[in-house]
Amino acid sequence: MKADVPKGSGSGLGETAMVPVRLAMAAIDAPLRFVQRRLGIGGMATFFLLPNMLIFGIFVLLPFFINFAYSMTGGTALFLPDRSFVGGDQYARLFDCANYADPNSCAEDTFWTAVGNTAWFVVLQVTLMILFSLVTALILNRDLMARSFWRAVFFFPVLLSPVVVGLIWKWILQRQGLLNFGLYGLGFEPYTWLNDRNWSFAATVGVSIWAHMGFYTLILLAGLQAIPKDLYEAAEMDGTRPARAFWRITLPLLMPNLLVVIVLVLIRAVQIFDEVYVLTGGGPGTSTLYITQYIYETGFATQLRNPGLAAAASILMGGVLVVLTLVQLGLGRKGEKKGARK
Amino acid sequence: MKKTKTMLAALAVGLLTSTAAMAGDVRIMWYSDGVEGEVLKDLLDRFMKENPGINVILDNVSYSVVKEQLPVQLEAGNGPDIARVTNLKAQSQHWLDLRPLVADPAYWDENFGAQADWMRPDGSNQISGFMTQITIAGGFANKTLFEQAGVAIPGKDATWDDWAKAAKQVAENQQVPFPMALDRSGHRLSGPNLAYGGNYIGSDGKPAPLDEGTKNFLKTFVGWVADGTMSKDVWVSAAGSTYRAAADDFINGQLVYYYSGSWQVPNFSTKIGTNFDWVATGSPCGPANCTGMTGGAGLVAVKYTKNPKEVAKVMDYLASEPIVKEFSERTLFLPAHKGVLAKGLDFKTDDAQAKAALNAFVEASTSLSDVARKLPGWLWSDAVYGALVTRVSQAAAGEMTVDEAFARIDSDIATKVKDSGN
Repeated sequence: MKADVPKGSGSGLGETAMVPVRLAMAAIDAPLRFVQRRLGIGGMATFFLLPNMLIFGIFVLLPFFINFAYSMTGGTALFLPDRSFVGGDQYARLFDCANYADPNSCAEDTFWTAVGNTAWFVVLQVTLMILFSLVTALILNRDLMARSFWRAVFFFPVLLSPVVVGLIWKWILQRQGLLNFGLYGLGFEPYTWLNDRNWSFAATVGVSIWAHMGFYTLILLAGLQAIPKDLYEAAEMDGTRPARAFWRITLPLLMPNLLVVIVLVLIRAVQIFDEVYVLTGGGPGTSTLYITQYIYETGFATQLRNPGLAAAASILMGGVLVVLTLVQLGLGRKGEKKGARK
Repeated sequence: MKKTKTMLAALAVGLLTSTAAMAGDVRIMWYSDGVEGEVLKDLLDRFMKENPGINVILDNVSYSVVKEQLPVQLEAGNGPDIARVTNLKAQSQHWLDLRPLVADPAYWDENFGAQADWMRPDGSNQISGFMTQITIAGGFANKTLFEQAGVAIPGKDATWDDWAKAAKQVAENQQVPFPMALDRSGHRLSGPNLAYGGNYIGSDGKPAPLDEGTKNFLKTFVGWVADGTMSKDVWVSAAGSTYRAAADDFINGQLVYYYSGSWQVPNFSTKIGTNFDWVATGSPCGPANCTGMTGGAGLVAVKYTKNPKEVAKVMDYLASEPIVKEFSERTLFLPAHKGVLAKGLDFKTDDAQAKAALNAFVEASTSLSDVARKLPGWLWSDAVYGALVTRVSQAAAGEMTVDEAFARIDSDIATKVKDSGN
């Protein structure tokens, strides 16, 4: 019987502690009842969602529509009323291309170079990020010695500002950096890592994985810990091998977390900017110029800026992200339904 | 009721007091290449003691903030009250006309008139501000490396080829990674372009397509980057028109010859000290002339200020002859003030190398070409500089041929002109 008594209602001290809470509840109860009478039970959901929707509208939807309006204007002026309406000219300029695989044949060659670089970056970074995060989470889920310490070690880079991450790795990889210092000490010739197109690209992938892996590992670790242990015990009793248990138990039950991680990693990868901007500045040449840097430079950093072109590029980038996210969510739901039928 | 009235009155007094304090605020956006921020702070502290009603707030920012964020603030009708800017002409519509506000406009015309057109809209007689320093692009040689290598430092009339040959010899002999470096900047690249006979200004005042003079130097330059004569690190280290300097390589003794400008003198004087000997060499010659580029940073009043009278008072103080003289002598900057220049300066440094370098730049200012003198006041300078940097660095990185880069530079500039609606 004791278990049914709500906390705080058994002792005099608990009663006293609950008084302000009860008063507050009573204070909001009356107006809420009034609202409920007016809106009905169904309307209350809308009522409670309204503040969130308002914030979402002001900070997400409104900027999106303003951005779209900018993409339909031309000139260098910053204020929308001062800009001339050009319709879809900015989009036409972005798509003015003889061969999309050859950026040099496009009017906005830098845009297509950035698109190509971003596509390669996303493919590599997302694949490796998921792989490394999953392996790390599986390792950290075992009974390791100093497990908390290792979890903190992997999570630590997440706490660093992207600018700090970029600077740290720049000091390591630059000509007179720590890596070359070490190599020189071992008798090797120093190498200009950040002047080499391939190494530079690899560095941006590696650094972004290093910086963000801890966060995704944490999400996957939470998923792994939520899987009931008795499933593994039953599988073990049935003589199931660990690899089969991973494919048949761990992976399907981890799929909701994995899907969240894939969506987040993908969005983050397409938006990559800050640490790369500090680390390579988009160089050498344009080999690490990604789409967000293109948008930033077109809209803000060059002389005689073109906010309309930058806005058109960002709308296209947003569209690609929406499509990719919907595809992933669709695949995820399909998988869930398939799992439920089994 | 009485209590409410008292509270409202207190609130009103509080608000009025805070508004009164803000009325005297003058905010300056300032960037530094060397010690000029500290010198300015000292000068402004003195000003505020003499003018207790004016509170000058000095915001020290990086150059990239002035280059990238200030234009956006200005377009939005915001920004500081005064700013130190290099892109003066293209943003001249945002500067405040100080002519009706300063104590003696004739003083400004007399002493700063030569550069006044660099910072005002075409066709106006506006006083927008004054140049805090006149800069002359030019080279620096690591004298110690030359001496150790037993290679003679090229003379006054030496060409770019002479310098490239000598610097390469020294670098090979001394095992130094970079024979030459030139800042990743369209302004810097323009010195040798003009020396090779280039001219960006068309007959209609708008940008002309790249001419043979410019193309000849750019081809040579990209070749030098490819064969290691010119530092690759600086030019391929970023995309777009991002500025990169090679000053640190020179300071660290990793560079034989560095083409930058007079503003580096205080920086080198402070950071190199007695580590090695260095000399300023002026600009190497090309087939057409031996010009470098001129330019500099101007201190301009922003027209969106709420306190124009206070701004004018601060500007009058900073532009006054004794303050310009003191600022220039302490910062080792070449002043624009005609009177100060005529009376001469006693630069506050014990570093004989710095003094000699400043004299070398004063001498180099006599060999500036007409085009070099026009470019700081030309509306399209920055559009040309941006296109040059972006495409030349792509060619230097091997992403496109030099001829493809030329075609892109021309089309980039044409697009910018079209986008601007001019």
